[in-house]
Amino acid sequence: MTSSTKVEEYITDSLLRQDRMPHIWCPGCGIGPAVGCFIRAIESSGLDQDKIALISGIGCTGRVAGYVKLDSFHTTHGRALPFAMGLGLGNPELNVVVFSGDGDLIAIGGNHLIHTARRNVDMTVICLNNFNYGMTGGQMGPTTPLNARSNTSPYGNIEYPFNVPYLVAASGATYVARWTMLHARQLEWSIAEALTKPGFSFIEVLGPCPTLYGRMNKMARGMDSLNYYKENSVVRNGADPKDVDLTSDGPIVVGKFVDIERPTFWEQCQLVIDRAQAKKD
Amino acid sequence: MKLWRTPFDQAEKATRPAKVLIDKDRCKGCSYCVEFCPRGALVLSDELNPKGYTLAAVADESKCLGCGLCDILCPEFAIHLVLNFTES
Repeated sequence: MTSSTKVEEYITDSLLRQDRMPHIWCPGCGIGPAVGCFIRAIESSGLDQDKIALISGIGCTGRVAGYVKLDSFHTTHGRALPFAMGLGLGNPELNVVVFSGDGDLIAIGGNHLIHTARRNVDMTVICLNNFNYGMTGGQMGPTTPLNARSNTSPYGNIEYPFNVPYLVAASGATYVARWTMLHARQLEWSIAEALTKPGFSFIEVLGPCPTLYGRMNKMARGMDSLNYYKENSVVRNGADPKDVDLTSDGPIVVGKFVDIERPTFWEQCQLVIDRAQAKKD
Repeated sequence: MKLWRTPFDQAEKATRPAKVLIDKDRCKGCSYCVEFCPRGALVLSDELNPKGYTLAAVADESKCLGCGLCDILCPEFAIHLVLNFTES
């Protein structure tokens, strides 16, 4: 028997803006479970919710900022990372989280991504990769796998995509992981770990886009994409990010690839302040 | 199943049958919960919600183990698992 009773104290509902539900994402979209994992990760890591700021860019995933009951900001296209960096430096007590899509973080914001990772700014970046530009109609982007079809590559994509964990790890990120939306428990633990780790933490979440990318690639139902993830994903913690690129027929390597320690940008700022003051005295 | 000794983690790994509540306004009928329920406790019903999506429904409450997989995979935040449910 289906019941429509609402439970206000429920974990995910306690951090969602109830008045904005149901959300606009398509049936079977991968963003919803990723947001659920993020909310449960906040609960399980025991962080103060008033000290978490969530920044989003533009796109389907960019809507997350409007749906969570946290301090959040919806920035212009691709500029979520510079905004988050300024916010984190202005108030170092804040735990800054960037939740955005591949089109926002890797395509238009690609330059910001590599430079924020290079400086090792203290933030957590959750990048939901659905392999295309979902909100604008399913155009191909820099993460569309080779030979995959999209609305602007109907005969197959001829461009080589980015290997995102490799790009971010090479730029200097201290925590790099990749999970699919189906690895919900691992994703939750991974987000909780990244939230409490200082430095630039990057988690790539693969999520289905049944309406646009899936429809063009014979995965028109969300279930087809999830079955594809289930059959092809291989957990390989500590794998070299060089070997984890996504192809349209190869395995999907998931896991935690990089977990190292490096001085953060804020610590380096303190160093230069100390140096300048020592010279003045 | 017959066990030759009591597992050490039996208490924490014990199943906790729960009441599954599905929000009719939020469900969009993507069928993730139905396909991934390990015990087949959920089905897609013929009932439509005000937006015209087919709804997921609980077929057999006694089969639920309370694992919560339907809840964490639901893209619409529509499924709530309630332990110790009391009708109000």
